[in-house]
Amino acid sequence: MESSDIRNPDYFHKVVDCQYACPAHTPVPEYIRQIAAGRYADAYMVNWRSNLFPGILGRVCDRPCEPACRRGRVEEEPVAICRLKRVAADNKGDVLSMMPEPAAFNGKTIACVGAGPASLAVARDLALAGYKVVVFDGNAEAGGFVRQQIPKFRLPNEVIDEEVGYITRLGVEIRTNSYITSMRALLAEGFDAIFVGSGAPRGRELDAPGRWEAAANIHIGIDWLASVSFGHTKSVGKRVIVLGGGNTAMDCCRSARRLGGEDVKVIVRSGYEEMKASPWEKEDAIKEDIPIINMRVPKNVVHEDGKLVGMNFEIVRAVYDDKGRRSLVPTGEPDEFHAADDIIVAIGQENSFPWIEPDCGITFDRWGLPRLNPDTLQSTLPQVFFGGDAAFGPKNVIWAVAHGHQAAISIDKFCQGEDVTERPPLGITLVSQKMGIHEWSYDNAVSIDLRFKVPHAEKDVVLRDIYAEVELGFDREMAFKEAQRCLNCDVETVFAPKLCIECDACVDICPVDCLTFTTDAESEADLRLKLNAPARNLEQALYVATGLKTGNIMVKDEDVCLHCGMCAERCPTGAWDMQTFLLDQPQVVDLKQKKCQGAHSHGVPA
Amino acid sequence: MTYLPKPKLHHPELPKNDLGYTRRDYEGSISTLCAGCGHDSISAAIIHACYELALPPHRIAKLSGIGCSSKTPTYFLGASHGFNSVHGRMPSVLTGAAAANRDLIYLGVSGDGDSASIGLGQFAHAMRRGVNMTYIVENNGVYGLTKGQFSATADRGAKNKKGATNQDAPIDMISMAMLLGASFVGRSFSGDKTQLVPLIKAALAHKGPAFIDVISPCVTFNNHEGSTKSYDYVREHNEAVNFLDVILGRQEITVDYSPGSVEVVRQHDGSLIKLRKINSEYDVNDKIAAMEYVQKHQSKGEIVTGLLYVDSDSQDMHDHLGTSSTPLNAMDDAALVPGSAALAKLNASLR
Ligand SMILES: Cc1cc2nc3c(=O)[nH]c(=O)nc-3n(C[C@H](O)[C@H](O)[C@H](O)COP(=O)(O)OP(=O)(O)OC[C@H]3O[C@@H](n4cnc5c(N)ncnc54)[C@H](O)[C@@H]3O)c2cc1C
Ligand SMILES: Cc1ncc(C[n+]2csc(CCOP(=O)(O)OP(=O)(O)O)c2C)c(N)n1
Ligand code: SF4
Ligand code: SF4
Ligand code: SF4
Ligand SMILES: [Mg+2]
Repeated sequence: MESSDIRNPDYFHKVVDCQYACPAHTPVPEYIRQIAAGRYADAYMVNWRSNLFPGILGRVCDRPCEPACRRGRVEEEPVAICRLKRVAADNKGDVLSMMPEPAAFNGKTIACVGAGPASLAVARDLALAGYKVVVFDGNAEAGGFVRQQIPKFRLPNEVIDEEVGYITRLGVEIRTNSYITSMRALLAEGFDAIFVGSGAPRGRELDAPGRWEAAANIHIGIDWLASVSFGHTKSVGKRVIVLGGGNTAMDCCRSARRLGGEDVKVIVRSGYEEMKASPWEKEDAIKEDIPIINMRVPKNVVHEDGKLVGMNFEIVRAVYDDKGRRSLVPTGEPDEFHAADDIIVAIGQENSFPWIEPDCGITFDRWGLPRLNPDTLQSTLPQVFFGGDAAFGPKNVIWAVAHGHQAAISIDKFCQGEDVTERPPLGITLVSQKMGIHEWSYDNAVSIDLRFKVPHAEKDVVLRDIYAEVELGFDREMAFKEAQRCLNCDVETVFAPKLCIECDACVDICPVDCLTFTTDAESEADLRLKLNAPARNLEQALYVATGLKTGNIMVKDEDVCLHCGMCAERCPTGAWDMQTFLLDQPQVVDLKQKKCQGAHSHGVPA
Repeated sequence: MTYLPKPKLHHPELPKNDLGYTRRDYEGSISTLCAGCGHDSISAAIIHACYELALPPHRIAKLSGIGCSSKTPTYFLGASHGFNSVHGRMPSVLTGAAAANRDLIYLGVSGDGDSASIGLGQFAHAMRRGVNMTYIVENNGVYGLTKGQFSATADRGAKNKKGATNQDAPIDMISMAMLLGASFVGRSFSGDKTQLVPLIKAALAHKGPAFIDVISPCVTFNNHEGSTKSYDYVREHNEAVNFLDVILGRQEITVDYSPGSVEVVRQHDGSLIKLRKINSEYDVNDKIAAMEYVQKHQSKGEIVTGLLYVDSDSQDMHDHLGTSSTPLNAMDDAALVPGSAALAKLNASLR
């Protein structure tokens, strides 16, 4: 076997499961340690650099980091990463003094269409570098879907105002109530580059007989939520059916419960497990007495002279073919009728660019999505870039932000006349954490606490007031304990084969049996069979080191390592060391050099 | 200096033995020995062996003397009985315990100083009395705990850390054990668990005195150039005669090696030792030949390892003495103190 290439930035980055899974590669364990140390402002700024919206994301992030978190593999549940982020935002105090100042105007002006998270990320990154950024949005307030779709009981307006404010203070100009009706006209205004962050603003229609006859009480989910958010819709009928199984459906049903809906139910084509909504969204809906009825295909809307009465559903079951593909076949039972005063349709979201003229140079594919270079996000018209939901269809806030960073790098290169496809390289730094024989500069004791639950406000309070936030957030003490569950996966085990005497001390002490010294193997598959403990998770690397005196190789299954540092503590020769991994992720302006990281002087280096 | 306990979290697929225990359940407190000490590997091997044999931890008694090696029982079998004796006196204490309660499994752990220097006499008599026990000497050629003086097992010509040469003849505990009546004798290396773990298992299953000499480098005082008990030296000079698998009663044996290369030894408890022979000539049942073989190879500077001798028909101290099969603590007062009439009767019978 070849030794693992630990100089490749990806190798150790992958070990930090959460950071690797985060589209913006937020250095999760680093900010979790800061939260444990009570350094909330620092933790906030580490987030702010990577993902711009710690307060928003600490409440509503889709959190791809959590299913990836190693803790979920060695214990029952992952670290509550997302909710810890909110703790940083809730307790940070004043961070303005830590915020960087923009560079002097560099003569270039950029337009962003849409004031959602993608555009706001582009705007921040470029404004700091001295660009003048103008953001257009058809709505009265900035924030995009974060403002108009996500209900206030999950994300209060003040949080959005504050975090959008940290961007506008850099001189970004946001023109609200300014819907762009023509790309051609915008191109003609002479911006140096244009970023399209207009989202996926169209809700999918319900195709069922009776839909249009009863139109007065049938609403498209995202339009209805926007109308609720802006205070135009203040009530709903007592009996409400929400169609669809995604997060939009969950927001619709929970909003309906707060606007007068007493008998609110979600009716979904698929089974409960396959629903697109995140597990916690489903749980929260069920807690608010909303039944989720699965395996029901909408058949026809029942109405009396245009007045909605209810809806009929065909009952189906899932059948899988030998390739594992699912089809829904009718069970033959009679259709099921559900009475309703209102129906909310939340069965999907689509892209739509009615304002981009077909002949202005921007090509779209068969699905109506722009043709883009996936790395640079540049469209077929070189000065136009896309990101967020507008680029590849509906995703989430953190993806929008990640696109924003990449688009900003592209736009900067484009405006400076550089090759957009030449991406700045990722850098890494490894710093030893050793302070003494049994002393590390990180807290290497492994907590055995199970995941702490975030306290919720009383149900009858939140159901009466659509503005009342449901989740109350961790208090500091709970946050500390939850933070201690983090395994510090960025403190990497680094092995120096030349120093090893194969005394087996590391193998003996390792609590999860992830180390093995063995004879060489032909392939990784062979090697996996020779280890001290089963290593079945093929997504996780085997760390292989050759160059031992005996001709054996050292193999570490990265899958279950607790980063407890015991191997390094028991190693007599220092062949193992615990070293923090710092990913140097390029941004237009290197914020690490700027003020926002200035407060880090001791402890684990930022 | 803080010694954090070993984290409780374990591999998600950590298996359980027949008693429902995981290997982790056989651990003890965190070791305070020097990092890299061979003794820690032996502790790990003992843990593996007891787990694999599914021994009930509360039926094991671990006894030791004084020394780094003798400290190790704290670091394994946290749920077993333990006794830390005076320096070199473990064999006597163990003999007494075994006499009183024959139902426990006795594990004596000692060092080369503890057993070959101050405790040599104790060691000799426990062997010749045939105490039913597993006796492990963690042999590093020095007094580790008192900072590295040569012990009685140090080879003539070996150099200490400062460069001084040992002039005295070494005590070979393997040959002594065979000579003195140990019915199971083996040697191994702390850095080779594939050989050591089954050897300990076989010894634990053996009835009678089972002695294992485990070369166990002292990283701090005896792991330098010129030492004959260093990791490098032992790896270079290790001459294994066999490796073994211990097969518990219920399991079938399938001999999957070429003829002559495998030998099966049946022990008292019904367990089988499957020997994979490296040296096909070597006969583990022939004590005289074994002693000769060990001496011959030793004189060539080789360290012979493996199961060196086993007497599968061995007897133990209780057999020799014809003692009661009931341990003393299970007898009632009347049986323990039969009274003056019984004494008078006994005396009369001897007149
Ligand atoms: C009900 C619902 C709940 C959601 N909940 C979550 C959640 O909990 N967590 C999460 O991560 N994601 C959630 N999402 C998804 C998330 O909101 C989006 O993925 C994200 O906001 C996309 O960001 P964006 O910057 O690409 O565009 P958007 O946020 O969609 O912003 C686009 C903006 O552009 C404006 N616009 C469009 N066309 C024009 C034009 N021609 N001129 C001017 N302005 C224009 C739109 O009005 C809008 O304000 C949710 C989505 C919905 C519908
Ligand atoms: C009666 C008595 N004499 C001397 C000592 C000092 N002493 C402590 S440990 C030790 C030698 C231990 O050597 P060994 O048994 O080889 O153990 P190691 O530390 O090498 O594992 C000695 C001489 C003592 N504790 N008690
Ligand atoms: S344990 Fe901590 S560092 Fe490791 S993946 Fe989870 S949150 Fe990230
Ligand atoms: S840090 Fe070392 S001892 Fe701890 S789990 Fe990882 S490999 Fe094992
Ligand atoms: S001094 Fe030697 S024998 Fe004692 S603990 Fe240290 S390495 Fe082990
Ligand atoms: Mg010694």
